[in-house]
Amino acid sequence: MTHDPQNVVSPKTIEQVYRPMTRRTFLKGAVAGMVGMAGLVAALKPLLALERGEITVDDLLQQHYRELKPEELQRIMKSLEAACQKEHGVLPTIRDIKPIEGVQFGYALNLTRCIGCRKCAHACLKENNQSRESEDDIEMSYIRVLEMKKGGINLESAEHYYDPETVPQKDKYYMPVQCHQCRQSPCTKVCPVQATWQEKDGLVVVDYNWCIGCRYCMAACPYDARRFNYKKPTISTAAINPNQSYLSNRVRPKGVVEKCTFCLHRTREGKYPACLEVCPTGARVFGNLLDPNSEINYVLNNKRVYILKEDVGTLPRFYYFFDK
Amino acid sequence: MNDYFTFLWRVVRLSFQGSGRFYTWMTLLSVLSLVGLNAYARQFVEGLQTSGMTNQVSWGAYIANFTFLVGVAAAAVMLVIPAYIYKKEFMHEVVMFGELMAIAVIVMCLLFVTVDLGHPERFHHMIPPFGIFNWPGSILSWDVIVLNGYLLLNLHIAGYLLYARYRQCKPTKLFYIPFVFISIAWAVSIHTVTAFLYVGLAGRSYWHHPLVPSRFLASAFVAGPALMILTFQIIRRAARYWIGDEPIFTLRMIMTVAMIINMFLLGCELFTEFYSPTEHAAAAHYLYFGLHGHKGLVPWIWTAIALDLAGLALLITPLSRRIAGLNVACVACFIGIWIEKGMGLIIPGFVPSPLGQVVEYLPTLNETLVCMGIWAFGLLLYSWMLHVAIPIMNGSLRAHPEIPTTL
Repeated sequence: MTHDPQNVVSPKTIEQVYRPMTRRTFLKGAVAGMVGMAGLVAALKPLLALERGEITVDDLLQQHYRELKPEELQRIMKSLEAACQKEHGVLPTIRDIKPIEGVQFGYALNLTRCIGCRKCAHACLKENNQSRESEDDIEMSYIRVLEMKKGGINLESAEHYYDPETVPQKDKYYMPVQCHQCRQSPCTKVCPVQATWQEKDGLVVVDYNWCIGCRYCMAACPYDARRFNYKKPTISTAAINPNQSYLSNRVRPKGVVEKCTFCLHRTREGKYPACLEVCPTGARVFGNLLDPNSEINYVLNNKRVYILKEDVGTLPRFYYFFDK
Repeated sequence: MNDYFTFLWRVVRLSFQGSGRFYTWMTLLSVLSLVGLNAYARQFVEGLQTSGMTNQVSWGAYIANFTFLVGVAAAAVMLVIPAYIYKKEFMHEVVMFGELMAIAVIVMCLLFVTVDLGHPERFHHMIPPFGIFNWPGSILSWDVIVLNGYLLLNLHIAGYLLYARYRQCKPTKLFYIPFVFISIAWAVSIHTVTAFLYVGLAGRSYWHHPLVPSRFLASAFVAGPALMILTFQIIRRAARYWIGDEPIFTLRMIMTVAMIINMFLLGCELFTEFYSPTEHAAAAHYLYFGLHGHKGLVPWIWTAIALDLAGLALLITPLSRRIAGLNVACVACFIGIWIEKGMGLIIPGFVPSPLGQVVEYLPTLNETLVCMGIWAFGLLLYSWMLHVAIPIMNGSLRAHPEIPTTL
């Protein structure tokens, strides 16, 4: 042994380990333990700000949506309604709306017609109860409208924050992007807890009460279609849409991922998605892919159709097309 | 069984015995860990808005540190292979320190993943039968298996060998040799699976790249040994345990080869990205030169490249045959790889976003404190394990102090 003088553990120390504990050591240990505990309590002090009922035993024991018995789901939806009333002053109706047999939804968007007015992005917010700081804050909208330079389809040079006096600008065209409800969806594949999955009608949904918030799905999505609630959602009482469903537009808790569901609470009841209804140019076409006479099938069979990032192999249910 | 409780009791006693320097060091680390815990408690209440992450850059410093540390943990295998496969006697003096380091570092990895979750209290959703484990579909579920498996393997091997030593009896080969060999393959798997987390995402061209796992391993086998070389010198200075120069210079050789491979692979990557720059090179462009006037990572990556090159230059020349030169090389490589493989790998994956948006990311103070807390806790854990393990390894703490140690 060459170095010795300042040993961390000297033979004397070891001697003490073998001997029974003295009163003095015990007291010293007790004092040190109390200082340590005090430090721990001080460090955890911010937890006092947790609201009562934010994490309940019921929440922790709740099962995955697909394993819930109908009466359990009913009870959960009732308690979510009550929570929304308490939190936002609006009593919503939260329902569980199932897919319709024989329906596969498809969506097509006419790039020749889109003028980039962003009405769809705003309608999405109003319909789906996303968090926002003001009316103009469309960061959490499920639709991002890109301003593209004519002469190519290059996302690299797309402008997200375009703000001219009027649209459309002469040398530009516009491309709204939202969830493509892929048949080979990378987001559902990577989720470690199956908190997101594809329903029978092709819609990709999230169980907000099951999501652990790892954001792997966001990394996996090639269309930037997912949003994360970095904070507790902020929505004014007046802005709340009370017509809600468990798997789509109910007000989200913080720390979970959310996404476009083609407004399943509307479309599964025969209505159009909010973004389609508001579109002033009729650029959006929505319908049942399994119905040969549907408008969506007419578009897919007769127009020039473009699939965004087809090379990634996601097989989207969202298509772009051109008139001329 | 009674013997075992006596052992545990002695370990507890020993944990609180030490010199003034030991107490100062452990107190400092405890305070830093608590500061980190405090920052995490704030994040837990307010949500991840306390971090610098956004919808566009949805992973940041936590996942960057996690990725880097998985490599450091895997590098313990670089002590195990020379010791158990090439039967280098002198490596057996230190192999235990590598295994203990792997334990501490894997704990850090698990902590870094946990603090990144929006709902950490729902972690049981991953554990059947309480939850649903998306295996084999999700690579993240593979990562959970390999990381925890690696932790258990090392806990078993290190724990068994130390306890045998304490009881002054020869360890039974059957109880640990098979696990040692499993752990060699397992170490490679933890870093490969972690690389697959990124490589598997076809929508992120910066990551969707077959070179990533190879580079992960090469850089891990630099950063891990670099940390070990520095640690061994601290151990032989501060504790009653003799470590010769042979293990250190064996690690130097491993580091040198791994660093050459790492830099070669980096060169291949740069050539592919920049010789015929496609749209997919935008992320690399952002990293090295900036994109549309956003240059957040440029100074970092060039610092990393400079450190890597300096480290490589020292390693391949006789300069690093002297301990001082080697130490400089180790520090340079460790920091260089930490930047390059942490922030330099994770952030450009998100910039530009899949829709071409350039949103830059900078960790917030709170996020940085959480990271610091986890590093401090890892160091605390490792220091504690060394403090207990070394007296057992040198024979001063044993079951029967009256019987002189034979080893």
